[in-house]
Amino acid sequence: MAETIVLEVARYRPEQETEPTFQSFEVPFRKDWVVLDALNYIKDSLDGTLSFRWSCRMGVCGSCGMMVNSEPKLTCATFLSHYLPGPVRVEPLQNFPVVRDLVIEMTDFMLKLQSVKPWILRGAEKPLSEGEFLQTPEQLETYKQFSLCINCLLCYAACPVYGLDPHFIGPAAVALAQRYNMDSRDQGAKQRLEILSQHEGIWGCTFVGECTRVCPKSVDPAGAIQQYKLTAAKEWFKSFLMPWSAR
Amino acid sequence: MKKSVAYTEYHPKWYRTRVSTYWWSRRWTYLKFILRELSSIFVAYFVLLLLLHLSALWKGEASYVALQAWLRTPSVIVLNGVSFLFVLFHTITWFNLAPKALPVRLGGKRVPDALVAAPNYLAWLALSAGIVWLVARG
Repeated sequence: MAETIVLEVARYRPEQETEPTFQSFEVPFRKDWVVLDALNYIKDSLDGTLSFRWSCRMGVCGSCGMMVNSEPKLTCATFLSHYLPGPVRVEPLQNFPVVRDLVIEMTDFMLKLQSVKPWILRGAEKPLSEGEFLQTPEQLETYKQFSLCINCLLCYAACPVYGLDPHFIGPAAVALAQRYNMDSRDQGAKQRLEILSQHEGIWGCTFVGECTRVCPKSVDPAGAIQQYKLTAAKEWFKSFLMPWSAR
Repeated sequence: MKKSVAYTEYHPKWYRTRVSTYWWSRRWTYLKFILRELSSIFVAYFVLLLLLHLSALWKGEASYVALQAWLRTPSVIVLNGVSFLFVLFHTITWFNLAPKALPVRLGGKRVPDALVAAPNYLAWLALSAGIVWLVARG
């Protein structure tokens, strides 16, 4: 059994460098260590200046997404033992600007996410006295899969369309729009259609399918986008055949 | 509250990587995607070939015989062989993607992907068998 493993970590210190470089660190190998444990070991014991995001360590917060050997991964769920004998190359998520070391700039995604209104929209709020919105287990089942998204951005890092054209709304934003569109309590599908049916919306997707493959939560954003293409095409036909029906 | 805001000395200079022109060659799944997109050219070529057959049939026997002779030239045989492989690739990849775009629900449960793809394959098999029967009979 190996006693140590080498991590090649991308460093980018904008006050010193104009482009990223790699720095190798030898860390203890432990069977139960994930890549994030190794990064924390580096931060605590070898080089305190290494910057990276993390929080929950259990695949829920979606903060620790990085490229591990060129594959988008949640570093808290990626075991070092998988990469024996090493080295393990750790880079910031691709397709995003790098702020420092392994930290990416994600404002673009935040704005896109906001644009699809990922919350329950109602035509008119019903008074509290009428009680809660009820939902059957079957109704929950239709969107539950999409609600598991943790905004970790692995799908954006895997999507070549987003890499080539950052205007593309991207996988997670569409999956989360679908999460609300399919919710029986929601009435905002038409508002979201305006955003999603634009050229940079769902039609930018060419169905590479990598977003679904890398998703740590099995959300299947590629499926969400294709299903939404069908919905948008149906809506377009409806408005074409019945232009008088209010949108 | 302070009036003047002290900014950090090194405001982040973002580093942006350019996507390489050869991004599709770096991963088998990306290459598969590009090949699938490329296969549409060969699908279009087969459609064109079908139209050429119809046009030759319309024009008469001499025209059809000439088309047949052209189809027997080695370069066209190679082209058609390659096109056939691409069309096969196109068909299989799209059939396999069908369940993603069209999830079927029965009794509140999602029907397994294989069952959604199966009717496509069955229809393909039935049509091919029908064509083989037509050709063998004649």
